[in-house]
Amino acid sequence: MKKILGISAFYHDSAAALTIGDEIIAAAQEERFTREKHTPDFPTNAIKYCLEEAGLEIDELDAIVFYDKPLLKFERLLQTYYSFSPKGLLSFLKAIPVWVKEKMFLKKLIYDGLKEVGSYNKDNVNLLFPEHHLSHAASSFFPSPHEKSAILTIDGVGEWCTASIGIGDGNTIKILKELEFPHSIGLLYTSFTYYLGFTVNSGEYKLMGLAPYGNPKSEETSKFIELIKNNIVDIKDDGSIWLDQSYFKYATGLKMTNNKKWSKLFGFNRREPEAEIEQYHCNLALAIQMVTEEVVLKMAQEAKKITGSDNLCMAGGVALNCVANGKLIQKNIFKNVYIQPAAGDAGGALGAALAANHIYFGEKRKVNSTNDNMKGSYLGPDYSEKEINLMNKKVKAVFNKYDSYSELTNEIANHLDKGSIIGWFQGRMEFGPRALGNRSIIGDARNLEMQKKINLKIKYREGFRPFAPSVLAEDAHDFFEIDQPSPYMLNVSPIAAKRKKQLPDNYFDLSMWERLYTTRSDIQSITHLDFSARIQTVHKETNARYWELINTFKKKTDYGLVINTSFNVRGEPIVCTPYDAYRCFMSTEMDYLVIDNFVYAKTEQLDWENKEKWRVKFKMD
Amino acid sequence: MEALKDLWNFIQKRKAYWLAPIILILLLIGLLLVFGGSSAIAPFIYTLF
Repeated sequence: MKKILGISAFYHDSAAALTIGDEIIAAAQEERFTREKHTPDFPTNAIKYCLEEAGLEIDELDAIVFYDKPLLKFERLLQTYYSFSPKGLLSFLKAIPVWVKEKMFLKKLIYDGLKEVGSYNKDNVNLLFPEHHLSHAASSFFPSPHEKSAILTIDGVGEWCTASIGIGDGNTIKILKELEFPHSIGLLYTSFTYYLGFTVNSGEYKLMGLAPYGNPKSEETSKFIELIKNNIVDIKDDGSIWLDQSYFKYATGLKMTNNKKWSKLFGFNRREPEAEIEQYHCNLALAIQMVTEEVVLKMAQEAKKITGSDNLCMAGGVALNCVANGKLIQKNIFKNVYIQPAAGDAGGALGAALAANHIYFGEKRKVNSTNDNMKGSYLGPDYSEKEINLMNKKVKAVFNKYDSYSELTNEIANHLDKGSIIGWFQGRMEFGPRALGNRSIIGDARNLEMQKKINLKIKYREGFRPFAPSVLAEDAHDFFEIDQPSPYMLNVSPIAAKRKKQLPDNYFDLSMWERLYTTRSDIQSITHLDFSARIQTVHKETNARYWELINTFKKKTDYGLVINTSFNVRGEPIVCTPYDAYRCFMSTEMDYLVIDNFVYAKTEQLDWENKEKWRVKFKMD
Repeated sequence: MEALKDLWNFIQKRKAYWLAPIILILLLIGLLLVFGGSSAIAPFIYTLF
C-alpha cells in the first residue's frame, strides 16, 4: 500500500493530507495550527501532524504530491498579460517578483518546507504535480461511495481551468470538458462578493447568507438579473460562460471589478466594508445567487448529458455554495449527489494524494457503497485526557469531569433547554470549512433570541448571518424537506411545511432586521428568511457521541436538533486544541464548555468576567 | 538549475517556444524587481498568482 502525502499551499487554505492505500489517515488545514485564517503558508504543522498520526517519517513516503502544476499556472499568467497588454502592467509588476523569487522554484520551496518538518534524504522524495482540477475531482470521486460517477469541479481558477466535467470509473478519472480562465463562475461570484463589501475569498459565505434578504418578487431583483445576464455574463446552454472582461479587473489589475462600469450598470457604488446594508445590496446578492444557481444547474445537466451517469461527485470552491447544491439535489438530475466536505483548495491536498495513489501508481480502489471513505471528515488531531489536564492546570480551569457520558449529555441537554450556549469540543477535528459536532458551538434552535445572541455576543459577527442545524439523521424529514443525507452541511433545503408560521402580508415592506426577527417557524433560530436551512444530518455511525447528545436533548424536548456553528469568533480559524477552545470560551459569552468528558461552567472560572484578558485580535474577514 | 531544466522541459512538452525569450527577459527584469517588490496585495483580489 502506497504511503502518500498531499499538500496544498502558497495560494490560500494550505493543508496536508496523508493516505495509506485507500485509507485517509489524516488531513488538516494549516490555519488551525498557526491561527491565521486561510493561511497560504507552507503547511509545516499540518504535515507534522499527518506524519505523526500515521507514525511515518518523510523518507518512508512513496510520494509527496503538490495539488497543482505551477508552470502551467505561470504560462497562464504570461499569456494573460500578453493578451491584455499594455493593460495589466501594475499587476504584472506585482506578480512577476513573486514568481521569480519563489514560485518558479516551487520544488525548492517544498524541499525547504519539508526541512522544517524533519530531516530526510532528498533523493528519496518522489515529488508529483497533478493538475488543480484533477486534484479537486479526485478529492470528490475517490472517497465517494460510487464505483462510477460523473464529476463536476467548479472554482475560481486553477492553472487554466475554472470548471471541468469528467467521469470517474474505478481508479481512473477522465476529464471530458473544461472551461478556461478568465471565464469563471467562481471569479464572477467573488467579484460580487467584493462589490458588496465583503472580503474576497472568505466573504462568499456572507454573500450567500445575504441573498435570502433579497426580495424575489421585486422588480429591482429581476432587473439586476437581467443586467447581469445581458451585460456581464453570457450563459451558454452547456453551462459554460463568457464574461465581458471590460467589467472586471482581476486579469490585469489588483481588484476584482471595474467599479465605474458596475456603478453605472447597477446604479450604486461599491459598498464599503462594514457599511450599512441596504435592500438593493440584498437584491443584488439574490440576483447573483440565482444566476450562479442557473449556471451550476446547466453544468450539471451537461455532465448528465455527456456521461449518462446516475451519480455526481462535486468539488471546488463553488461546490461549497450549499444553496446551489440544494437546488441541484432538488432537481433530481442525478439520483445521488456527493460533495467533498473540503471542497475548496484545502481538499486539493487530499485529492492530490488520492490521484497519485490511484492514477499514478494504479492502485485499485475499494468502494464502500453505503458510506464514503471520509470518516465523517473527522480527520484532524484529537487530544488525550493527559493533554486536557495539562491545559486545565496551565489556565487554572475549574471543571467537572464526568465518568458517565449519559450524565454529561443529560446535564448539557438541560442547559441547552434553558437557553445556555455551549462550546462543544470532542475527538478529532474536522477537515474542511465546516464544524460538524467536534469543534462546534451549539444552542437551542427553538429559542427566538439565539440567532441574535450567538451572532452578536458569541461570534462577534454581522447580525444578519444565519445559523445551521445539526439534526438526527432519522428525524431530518420531520423538520426539513430532504431526501438525501447531508452529513457535511452542504445542502440547503426548505424546512417542512408543518413547521412554518404565517408571514404578515406586508413582510417584504419590512426592513431586513424586522423580517429577520419575524417569527417564521418553531425552529426559528435555524430558519433563514426564505424558510431554508443548511442542514447537517448527524449519524450514529460517524459521530456516536454527538448523536447521543442531540438524542438526549430530543428526549427532553421532542426536538432532535440543535444549532451548530463553528467554534470560533469572527476572523478566527476554528479552534484546534483544548487551549484554543478554553481561550475562545473565556473571551465570549458562552455559558458552558465541554471538552470530551470535562465540563466547564463560565461563572465558576476564575476572573470569568474579564473577557478582554482572553481576547485575541483576529483580522476581520 | 533544476527549476530551469523543468521549465525547458515544460516549454518543449507544451511546444510553447514563444515563452522562452519572455521568461529569459523576465528572469533578468524580475531579478531587479525582486529587490523592490512586495507581494502584499490581498484582500482585494482572488489569489490568481
